[in-house]
Amino acid sequence: MLSVHQLSVRFTSYETGLKKKETLVTSDLELAVEKGQVVAVAGSSGSGKSLLAHAILGILPGNARVSGEIMFKGTPVTPKRQIKIRGKEMALIPQSIGCLDPLMRIGKQITRAGILSGIEKNKVRVTNILRRYGLPDHTANMFPFQLSGGMARRVLLATATVGKADLIIADEPIHGLHEEVASDILSHLRELADQGKAILLITHDLSRSLLIADKVVVFYAGTTVEEASATAFSGEGKNLHHPYSRALWQALPQNGFFPVSGTQPVLDHLPEGCVFAPRCDKTKFICKIKRPPVMPTDGGFVRCFHA
Amino acid sequence: MKTVIVTYKTILRNKRLTTILSIILCILVFAGLSIAGFTISEKGLRTDLEERNLSPDACHIFGTDWLGRDMLTRIVKGLNLSLKIGLIAAGISTMIAVMLGLCSALFGGMVDFVIIWMIDLFMSLPHLVFLVLISFAAGGGAKGVVIGVAVTHWPALARVIRAEVLQLMNTEYIQIASKLGQSNTGIMTHHLLPHIVPQFLVGMILLFPHAILHEAGLSFIGMGLSPHTPAIGIILSESMRHLSTGYWWLAVIPGACLLFMVKLFDILGENIRDWVNPKILRG
Amino acid sequence: MIRQLLVKKVTHLASIVLSISVISFMLVSVSPIDPVRAYIGADMLAISRAQKEKIEERWGINEPMHVRYVKWFTELLHGNLGHSFIFNQKVTKVISTRFATSLWLMAAAWVISGMLGFVMGIVSGVMHGTFVDKLIRFYAYMLASTPTFWMGMLLLICFSMWLGWTPICCATPPGILLENVTFGQRIYHLILPAATLSIIGIANITLHTRQKLIDVLQSDFILFAISQGETIWGATRHHGIRNIILPAITIQFASFSELFGGSLLAETVFAYPGLGQATVLAGLKSDVPLLLGIVLFSVFFVFTGNTIADLIYTLVDPRIKAGAPK
Repeated sequence: MLSVHQLSVRFTSYETGLKKKETLVTSDLELAVEKGQVVAVAGSSGSGKSLLAHAILGILPGNARVSGEIMFKGTPVTPKRQIKIRGKEMALIPQSIGCLDPLMRIGKQITRAGILSGIEKNKVRVTNILRRYGLPDHTANMFPFQLSGGMARRVLLATATVGKADLIIADEPIHGLHEEVASDILSHLRELADQGKAILLITHDLSRSLLIADKVVVFYAGTTVEEASATAFSGEGKNLHHPYSRALWQALPQNGFFPVSGTQPVLDHLPEGCVFAPRCDKTKFICKIKRPPVMPTDGGFVRCFHA
Repeated sequence: MKTVIVTYKTILRNKRLTTILSIILCILVFAGLSIAGFTISEKGLRTDLEERNLSPDACHIFGTDWLGRDMLTRIVKGLNLSLKIGLIAAGISTMIAVMLGLCSALFGGMVDFVIIWMIDLFMSLPHLVFLVLISFAAGGGAKGVVIGVAVTHWPALARVIRAEVLQLMNTEYIQIASKLGQSNTGIMTHHLLPHIVPQFLVGMILLFPHAILHEAGLSFIGMGLSPHTPAIGIILSESMRHLSTGYWWLAVIPGACLLFMVKLFDILGENIRDWVNPKILRG
Repeated sequence: MIRQLLVKKVTHLASIVLSISVISFMLVSVSPIDPVRAYIGADMLAISRAQKEKIEERWGINEPMHVRYVKWFTELLHGNLGHSFIFNQKVTKVISTRFATSLWLMAAAWVISGMLGFVMGIVSGVMHGTFVDKLIRFYAYMLASTPTFWMGMLLLICFSMWLGWTPICCATPPGILLENVTFGQRIYHLILPAATLSIIGIANITLHTRQKLIDVLQSDFILFAISQGETIWGATRHHGIRNIILPAITIQFASFSELFGGSLLAETVFAYPGLGQATVLAGLKSDVPLLLGIVLFSVFFVFTGNTIADLIYTLVDPRIKAGAPK
């Protein structure tokens, strides 16, 4: 359905006077989602995960430059095609309630999303979709500020699924939610995948995303370091190939809470070699001078010399 | 050695340089205008019935009026008068604004309440109606105009300064300075004044256009300067009587010159603001 | 909550009217202009000293200021603002007829400048950075400093003198009784003064709308709308306008003060017999009761605009409305 190859995003900005500055915010992303799959993109905050969603949809700010290749349904995604397919064939579930128009009633916002996705105005079934996500009918008459956090997420879910989009990109859909609401939202996402949609789940919550994901793509410092099947995240993480994936797994409370020492590098001061080298306990000379290439593994790929 | 090539384009793109250049340019124009005001001969103001109603030509580039007076001379004199009145008015208004703004923020309580109430009061009356009232109280003439524009232009700036000082007082470093035992006057001179002085300067320059336009408006309706003064408002109000005769230059040129001067003050004020506050430059 | 707000507003109005009445009464009292001389005019030499004193006594000019103020204010509370000698009518009558004439002008200018300014602001905001935006901004920037009366004169020269499309002055054709004036004739005389006030008034609302829209267009919900397939114009139409119209209406109501001031100048240029012209005449001919009456009326006028501007949010914005107890 969707594959991303060597995707990099740069921001250009002007410092004082004439100095032009270019910041590389994500580099060499690799990723693939198939029909019926939930692929989780996991990594700590500040690793550039949301930019990935915006790059796929073509809604990055004007000073961003994108390079690399995005394929959707077998054909390359160009800016022109993005305008045609966003909202219709691919839909976004954004992270915050601030993404809803504060002065428009919920029902109208869902209807508008439906119309934009290509459904005729009188055929948008707002009540049906509200009920599907367990929202009372009168939600349609409410304004965003009247919604609770959980309701808002369900409404965002409704706006993305009222149409017939085949790919749904969920950007931190369960961030800050109670356990119960979060697992409900997740099960809805799983259900959508089982109905044949492809779901890209962007989250920093590895343990929760494992509940529904088929594959996990691990993000670190603006790049993808490993793609592994969800089953690899088990036990002590022996089936994981990248040291960072293992560290991420072991840092979870149920797995011993082992923290990784050091901090993620700032994006405009990335190390020359492997981005994880400064924090890795297996660092050798080659890790410091050369970016490791993408190497296939049994469940996906890894970007490490030691795998 | 590095060679620096300065082209027209690079100057335009370097905002700091354009800012400074515009400031210098504006100041040069004002200086030129003042010098012209002093040196231009009074001859042009004299009635010369043989040279009545001449449209602009090489000898009288702005033409002459129905009494044969040279319009260029009258306009230069008029703009200089506007400059003078603007200077007095903007100066007094800015001082009132700074004093009240500072008092309001520093003393708080009752003082603050009274000053806010005064600002409120001044803004509750249309500005021009207020000017008519004050001009009437002063018995009309130049005195009325100067007092009027001088005492009515402070409220907006006072509000800005009050807000600015309040914000500064809440910043950490002033809180710390005060906890460390620095005296109030010390805080005033070391921390507040450096912020307020640029505000004062910019505020004053940006008050000029308002003061000048209100002076012209008041003179135009006949409540301001006496009919014998060469002021833009007077010139325009006189030319109203000659509109039907087709002497367009009597109305078009003086107004355009006034607009030009007002805009120049706007540009000067905005550029100085950018200069002293480079944060905005990035945008 | 709305009742509380109204009580607060009315108290506020009372305090302003009281203060302004004291201040303006003091101002007209210190004026060196002799009201009797102003009233009699050129015939001053023809009247005797005794006659002058008689008039002064009748007007109570030699009484102390506070006594005169209390008298005047008591009358004011009874709805009597005194007698205007230049119109030889009661001040209340002058204000009401003159305001009715001005209302046509001010309402037309207010609506036109509001709508055009809003549209121009939207175009400029959506297209910001482009040539069109620069053009609109330049227009607004220049107009913001253009003297109203000069703009009136330019229009007069252009449309009345050269092209002859519009009348030279007044609110009605000369020589026709007021009750015989048709609606068309009124509009015909209204065009230029209203255009003058509109052209000047557009600047503020345009720049304000433009800035607001640029801010709104950068918000998350617009980005989300774009991700749903909305174009920039579509996002503006469905989400942008909704979010900037209230502030724009507020700005427009808060501009009553400038509107009133502008009418003074425009009505002078076009000899339009409205309240603005009456203000100028009252000042020039020292008609003190009329001047005081107009000052108080203008305070009331500005206050009305500001109050509506304040109340709009409470009445219309769902976020504030929902906060109010039912």
